Amino acid sequence: MTDVVSPAAGIPKAKSVRRDIGIKRRYAAERRFRAYGIAALSFGIIFLMLLLWSVVSKGYTAFQQTMITMPVEFSQQIIDPQNERATNPQKLMTANYPVVARNALAKLLNVSVDDRVAARAIGQMLSDGVRVQLRDLVVANPAIIGTTQTVTLLASGDIDSAFKGQVDLTVSQENRKINDQQLGWMKQLSDSGALAKHFNGGIFVNGASSRPEAAGVGVALIGSFYMMLIVLALSLPIGVAASIYLEEFAPKNRFTDLIEVNINNLAAVPSIVYGLLGLAVFVNFMGLPRSASFVGGLVLTLMTLPTIIIATRAALKAVPPSIRAAALGLGASKMQTIFHHVLPLAMPGILTGTIIGLAHALGETAPLLLIGMVAFVANYPTTPLDPSTALPVQIYMWANEAERAFVERTSGAIIILLLFLILMNVGAILLRRRFERRW
Amino acid sequence: MASTHILSAYDDELKYLSRRISEMGGLAEQMCSDAVRALVNSDAALAQKVISDDVILDHAEREIGDKAIVTIARRQPVAADLREIVGSLRIASDLERVGDLGKNTAKRVIAVQGTGVPRKLARGLEHLSDLALVQLKDVLDVYATRSAEKAEAIRIRDEEIDAMYTSLFRELLTYMMEDPRNITTCTHLLFCAKNIERIGDHATNIAETIYYMTTGAQPEGDRPKDDSSNTLGAITE
Amino acid sequence: MNMMSESAVEKALDQKMSDASHKMIGKDVSVYYGEKRALFDVNLNVRENTVTALIGPSGCGKSTFLRCLNRMNDTIENCRVTGKITLDTDDIYDQNIDVVELRARVGMVFQKPNPFPKTIYENISYGPRIHGLSKSKADMDQIVEASLQRAGLWTEVKDRLHESGTGLSGGQQQRLCIARAIAVSPEVILMDEPCSALDPIATAKVEELIHELRANYTIVIVTHSMQQAARVSQRTAMFHLGQLVEENDTDKMFTNPDDQRTQDYIMGRFG
Repeated sequence: MTDVVSPAAGIPKAKSVRRDIGIKRRYAAERRFRAYGIAALSFGIIFLMLLLWSVVSKGYTAFQQTMITMPVEFSQQIIDPQNERATNPQKLMTANYPVVARNALAKLLNVSVDDRVAARAIGQMLSDGVRVQLRDLVVANPAIIGTTQTVTLLASGDIDSAFKGQVDLTVSQENRKINDQQLGWMKQLSDSGALAKHFNGGIFVNGASSRPEAAGVGVALIGSFYMMLIVLALSLPIGVAASIYLEEFAPKNRFTDLIEVNINNLAAVPSIVYGLLGLAVFVNFMGLPRSASFVGGLVLTLMTLPTIIIATRAALKAVPPSIRAAALGLGASKMQTIFHHVLPLAMPGILTGTIIGLAHALGETAPLLLIGMVAFVANYPTTPLDPSTALPVQIYMWANEAERAFVERTSGAIIILLLFLILMNVGAILLRRRFERRW
Repeated sequence: MASTHILSAYDDELKYLSRRISEMGGLAEQMCSDAVRALVNSDAALAQKVISDDVILDHAEREIGDKAIVTIARRQPVAADLREIVGSLRIASDLERVGDLGKNTAKRVIAVQGTGVPRKLARGLEHLSDLALVQLKDVLDVYATRSAEKAEAIRIRDEEIDAMYTSLFRELLTYMMEDPRNITTCTHLLFCAKNIERIGDHATNIAETIYYMTTGAQPEGDRPKDDSSNTLGAITE
Repeated sequence: MNMMSESAVEKALDQKMSDASHKMIGKDVSVYYGEKRALFDVNLNVRENTVTALIGPSGCGKSTFLRCLNRMNDTIENCRVTGKITLDTDDIYDQNIDVVELRARVGMVFQKPNPFPKTIYENISYGPRIHGLSKSKADMDQIVEASLQRAGLWTEVKDRLHESGTGLSGGQQQRLCIARAIAVSPEVILMDEPCSALDPIATAKVEELIHELRANYTIVIVTHSMQQAARVSQRTAMFHLGQLVEENDTDKMFTNPDDQRTQDYIMGRFG
C-alpha cells in the first residue's frame, strides 16, 4: 500500500516502514478517559443509593401503624351518664372517650381498672387520637351507645416505636418511655393478634399533630397543591409570554442584553432572598395573610420564572430557522409563524422546563419559612388564603420534633415528596415524548 | 430508446435531433435521386432545384450541430445519450456530404448537356445510383429502428456498389479510348459515378455510426471493399 | 417545406421568449449587511413564465439577490436594501406594499426541504388557510389536490394525506414544499438551491417539475450547480463578488458566454 501510494514522499520502496503515529497513546488516553467517566458515574450512583437507602430504610415504617383491635363497650355511664345527649349534642363531643378505650383494653388484658397505676399505664398504651376515633364513631351513630363494638384503635407512638423494634430495650426502664409491664402487655396483645401493624392511611390525610401516631402530611399536601397550581397558572403564561417577546420581538440592544443578563442572574439568586422579598412585598406591604399558600405560590412563582424563561428561550431557539423561514415564505405574519409553528415545536422544551421549575418549587423550603408557612396547622385549608404548610416545610418541622416516632415520619414524608418529584419528572418525560416531533 | 428521461425536455431535445436527422436523410436521398434523374434526362431545371436544395441541407446540418452542442452543454449527456448526440453530429455531417455529392452531380448536368449521356452509360449510372440510394434508404430506416444487426448487414453490402463502380469505371475508360471527343463527357460522368459511389460510402459510415450508437462498440474488422478502380490504369497500360 | 416550418416555429418560440414581459425588475439593487456591502447595483430583470437561474461562486450574492425579491432579507438584522425592485408595476419596497401580501405573491422554496412537522394535508392547506383562500372544506380539499397534482406528488401521497409530511423522502419533501408554495397561487416562485440536499433522481424529478411549472409561473432559482442551471433555466445570470457579471440566454451562456469571467467559471477555471 504505502509503496504504491507514496513513493514520492520519499519512503524507501524496499521496506514498508510503519510510522509511529502514537496509536497506542491515543487508545490509552481514551481508555483512561472512559475509566474516569465510569468512576465518576459510580461515585454518583453510590451516593444516590446511600441516600435512597437511608431514607427508605428509615421511612418505610412510617407507612405502617400499630393498632389494637378489640371489643369496646360504649358504656352510657361514661359517655353520657345523665342521658342528656338528645338535648345537648355537645355532650357527645366532650365525653371522656379515652376512659372508654382504656377500660376496653384493661378488660382485654384482664387488669382491673381500680388499680390506678396499671390503669394509667394501660391508658398510655393507647394514642390520644382514640378520643377522636371513638367520638367520630359515636357522633356518626349515637345508637351504638350501650352496645359493644369491635374497633381498631391507634396504639400510642411509644408502643408503635417499641413494636417496630425502634426502642432500645437495653436501657433501664426508668430511662425509657415505655416500661417492662407495658412491653409484657404489648407481647400478650400481639400474641393474641389484637395488636398488629396496619397500613397507615393517616399519614396522607391527617393534619399537624403533636402526637406522631396521629400526625400526617394532609394539610401540607393541600398547601403544596395550591401553591403548585398558583405557580403553574402564573409562571407559565408570564414566563412564556416574556420569553417569546424577548426571543422573537424585542430589538437586540443594550437594554435587552441587560434584561437577559439579569434573568440569568435571577435564576442563581438564593431562594431565601425571594422569601425576604415575598415577606416585604406581599405580606408587609400588600397585607396578604401570612402562612397562606397563595403568598407561598406568589413567592415560588417569582423564583420559578427565571428558570421557565431560560428553558423557554432555549426551546424557542432550538426550533430550526427553516421552519420559521417556511412559514414566513408562505406569507404568514410573525405572530402566525410563532403561534402556529414555533411555539408548538418548542412546547416539549417549554413543558419540560416548566415541570422542572415546578419540581424545584415543590421542594423549596427557605422562602416559605420566611413568609410564615412554618405553622402548626391541624385543619385543612379550604382556600389558598387559609393558613397551611407545605411538604418540605412539614419535613423540616418534623425533623425538629423529639419523639422517636417522628423520625420515621420525617423520612416517610421525604419519600412522599420524592414520589411526587419522580411523578412530575415522569410527566415531563411523557409530555416530551408525546409532543416531540422530528423535523 | 425504450425508457424515457425524468426530464421530459431532455427527451424532447433528443427526439428533435433524431427527427431532424431523418428529415435531412429524406432530403439528401431525394436530392441524389433527382440529380441522377436530371443527369440521365439532361433536365437542367431539376438540376437547378437540387443545387438550391443543398442550402437547406447545409442549414439543417448546422442547426443539428448547434442543437447538439447546446444539448451537450445543458444536459451533460453520458453513455447512450452521449453516443446518440455524438452520432447525430456524425450522421448529420455524412448526410450533408451526401447532399454535396448530389449537388456536385447536378452541377455536371449543365456540362454534359451538349453531348447528352450515351444510353448505355446512363443505364449503368442509374443502376449504380439505384444501389447507392437503396443503401442510403435502408440505412435511414435502420436509423429509425436503431438495429445493430441491420446496420452491420448494410455495412457489408457496400461491396456491391464498389464492384458496380469498378465496372462502370472500366466502361468509361473504354469509351474515352474509343473516341477522344468523349473524354469531356466521360470525365464528368466519371466524377458523377465517383460521387454516387461516395454516397454509398457515406451510407456505410452512417451504418457504422448507428452500430456504435446502439452498441457502444466500433464495428469489428475492415469494411469489405471491392473498389479496384485504383489499379485499373496499371492493367490497361 | 416541412423542415422550414418546423424551424420557423422554433424561431417564433424563441422570439416569444425574448419578448416575454418582465415580471420583476431589479434596478440598482444594493444590499448591505451592516457595514458590509453584499450586492453592488445589480440590474436584473426576471421574465414572465421563464426560469431564471442565478449562478456564481459561494458568497457572490446570488442568494442575497433572491431573498430581496420577496423581502426575506427583512428578517435579517442590520440588512439594508437600496435600489428599486418592482413586481409587475408595484415597488415591493414601497411603504404601501405589505410584506405578507408580497410573499403570498412571491413564494419561496428553500435549500433544505422544510415541511412543517404536520400532516401532508396541513402542510399544503396552511398557506390558503391563513390567507383565507378557501371558503369550505371541499374547497380546501380541491386546493390541496390541485397543488399536489401540479407538484407531481398526488399519486404518491394521495393515500396518506393525513400522515406526517416529515415521513416522506427528501425529494418528496421538497416537492411537498413546492406544492405548499403553489397552494397560495403565487405569481413568482423563488427557489434557493432546491436540490442541494437531494440525490440525483430526486433532483431530476424536481427539475422536471420546475420545467413543467414554467408554463404557469415565473421561476427564479439559485443553484450551486451550473449543470442544473443549464438544465432547467431559459435565462441565466452570473454573479461574482456581489456584482452581476452577465445575464444571457442559457443556451448562449453555456456554449458561448460573452464575459470572460463567466466562461472561466462555467468551465471550472476560476481564479
